[in-house]
Amino acid sequence: MRQLCKGNVAVIQGAVLAGCRAYYGYPITPASEIAEAAAFYLPQVGGVFLQAESEVAAINMVYGAAAAGQRVMTASSGPGISLMQEGLSYLAGAELPCVVVDVVRGGPGLGNIAPEQSDYFALVKGGGHGNYRNLVLAPASVQEMADLTMLAFELADRYRNPAVVLTDGFIGQMMEPLELHARITSPPEKPWAVRGTAATRKNLITSIHLEPDALEAHVRKLEAKYREAQEREPRHELYLAEDAEVLLVGYGIVSRVLRSAAEQAREQGLRVGLFRPITLWPFPVQALREAARDVRAVLVVEMSTGQMVEDVRLALREQAPVHFYSRVGGNVPLAEEVSARIFEWVETAVR
Amino acid sequence: MAEYEVVHSKSPVFYPIYERKADLKHQTHYCPGCGHGVVHKLIAETIADLDLQDRTIFVSPVGCSVFAYYYFDVGNVQAAHGRASAVATALKRACPESIVIAYQGDGDLAAIGTAEIVHAANRGENITVFFINNAIYGMTGGQMAPTTLVGQTTTTTPWGRRPVNEGYPLRVCELLATLEAPVYIERVALSDNKNIMRARRAIRKAIELQRDGAGFSLVEILSPCPTIWKMTPTEARDWVAENMIRNFPLGVFRDRRLAMPGNGGPPQRSVAEVLGLTSPSLGTEAPAAATPTDTREWKMKIAGFGGQGVLLLGQILAEMGMREGKEVSWLPSYGPEMRSGSAHCHVCLSSQRIGSPLIEHPNVLVAMNEISLRKFAPSVTPGGLILYNRRTVPADLGVSNVRLLPIPAAELADQLGAAKVGNIVMLGALLELTGALSFATAEAVLQATVKNPDLLALDLRALQAGRDWARQLPREVR
Repeated sequence: MRQLCKGNVAVIQGAVLAGCRAYYGYPITPASEIAEAAAFYLPQVGGVFLQAESEVAAINMVYGAAAAGQRVMTASSGPGISLMQEGLSYLAGAELPCVVVDVVRGGPGLGNIAPEQSDYFALVKGGGHGNYRNLVLAPASVQEMADLTMLAFELADRYRNPAVVLTDGFIGQMMEPLELHARITSPPEKPWAVRGTAATRKNLITSIHLEPDALEAHVRKLEAKYREAQEREPRHELYLAEDAEVLLVGYGIVSRVLRSAAEQAREQGLRVGLFRPITLWPFPVQALREAARDVRAVLVVEMSTGQMVEDVRLALREQAPVHFYSRVGGNVPLAEEVSARIFEWVETAVR
Repeated sequence: MAEYEVVHSKSPVFYPIYERKADLKHQTHYCPGCGHGVVHKLIAETIADLDLQDRTIFVSPVGCSVFAYYYFDVGNVQAAHGRASAVATALKRACPESIVIAYQGDGDLAAIGTAEIVHAANRGENITVFFINNAIYGMTGGQMAPTTLVGQTTTTTPWGRRPVNEGYPLRVCELLATLEAPVYIERVALSDNKNIMRARRAIRKAIELQRDGAGFSLVEILSPCPTIWKMTPTEARDWVAENMIRNFPLGVFRDRRLAMPGNGGPPQRSVAEVLGLTSPSLGTEAPAAATPTDTREWKMKIAGFGGQGVLLLGQILAEMGMREGKEVSWLPSYGPEMRSGSAHCHVCLSSQRIGSPLIEHPNVLVAMNEISLRKFAPSVTPGGLILYNRRTVPADLGVSNVRLLPIPAAELADQLGAAKVGNIVMLGALLELTGALSFATAEAVLQATVKNPDLLALDLRALQAGRDWARQLPREVR
């Protein structure tokens, strides 16, 4: 059944289906509806919802619940995510699965509450201390807010690592039809968890490895895990890309704008396609290289001053010229704006 | 020859061999005379006595006791600095049958983790906290703790703690005893055998209370740190007795059972039920699906003051579109803009997957006030439609190539008895003038969403009023 649903609420509906039974969080615009939905749904299905005293406390509660083997999540926006970074590092270091949703708003500092994509570095490149990665998924619709939250729980458990749903104020606040598939999953067995039982008594959750050799071995183990994720987990979507002369690259809300921009450009006779990374980490490097094989130029559009574009350039190296266009501060690039930019570049290139 | 036999034994709650250092398999890493060893022993003996070894989860902090898990043969979780009581909160809630012990030092609990301990105590989490207060940062080499005594020299108070610069020692038990929820708070000291026996009783009581589901308990243990204090173990013990106890009086600060109200919580339901996966779809009963040939794309912007039902009108349109099998999106303005009085939303209705939900050039603008009309009218696409919530339009509004129709929605709503249904009047006019969606769907959506029968009747009259007003407009302006 299709229901009209807000992106932030869809996150929790997906989480409940995925077997998430614990939410610890702190309110912040534009992510608060996630906490509100968790407060409504989870206690009805035997789960825990607790509004913590801070994001610092919240992420450490997530650590505790994950240590006990629960499927657990939290959500926040920029400033709160900054406060959670230490905790994310501990979770990754202790190999604890959890899901963190960032409904990105404008920064830095208090910035504003309008949508931005400026937390890419903070979550895709790390943010906390030490050698770790977050698995990062970028939904572009309300449906994907639910679907990718469910996938995030799966990936978090598969790799015993935090998984992040990186979205923005628009996708969080907008309403679209949501269809939930009655595929209620239960979390996998977690024999490593600490549950206060005879079977789990010998278990230890920690991130400390004082001897250099021991820490190196641990970090190499994490590294191997991340390499496996890089091989298995990249996901992307293509639109009108097969015959494209110009390839647009964008994620989340921007990819929606780029869809419209590609259509508009085609109406004006230029073959434009779209590459949308669904996983931001691991970044779909191979797929992007293939999609960009025959294009004349690549245009990356972000609501940041240039964060993902670095990964695009790393992936493509000298394969195609990479241009960049951005809006920030809560301004969303318009399709007209983007297609005008494409034609400008094409004319310049012809001349 | 001695008349007694010395038996070296230790609690079965300790591991037989300590794996931390290969050459020191029977020694802890704690210094001679350190209080941690004594407290560990008292805790281990209590866990053994109460037969709680399998059920216990020990949360170790950052500080000298970070390696407590090398000694305690129980479930172990190591926490970030200061967060043991937050971690313990979630462990206990995940595993209500477990016995969760948070073990924290003075820097951990009373400096960086102040918020976490206050709030765990205030929530009455059914956990036990052992708070080791030795008035110094031991592991990092002797910096000031929040509990460092006035005048006490540390590496970061080289001239002694001066209240004018560092404030006074923090008294955690006294602080937490101001809260409603904690059931047991006591301060004890490892200053002599008598006080150690008192500490033993306090530790036992705190764990028993958790076992019995009583609620939050905390035992503060004044504890010697001979190495950092640069004293012999005996001197350090005496320093606890002579200096620490004077600043941190021993005693029971809270000992009561508390019935916390509001245990109920909501009734338990299945996931399918909660998410509405089993209930018959409201959508399937929706009448009059749009004709498949209707491929018009509607990009509607609805704007006005907060309180005019602008966002709701958009949601109704999106819901109707979805029921008629269209792709739909609804995007609001949100946040302070909403609170400062003006609001707008974007609604896309399409037969195709919707690209950008953000509408720069609407083909329908509903302007519920003049500010919105002036702001957004110039962006309407040629041939588009503007519905304005007045009898007349401002003469100086320079827009061309659009149909600009005054619909006195608020006035008509007022005549019906409630200005708040002005948005529904506008809906009636919009449906009549565009044919974008059917009236039957509008009625179905209102019937499904408006629970109050009086309000529903009013809404249906408003819908009709808007429709009637639009119908009587001269054909040439329609």
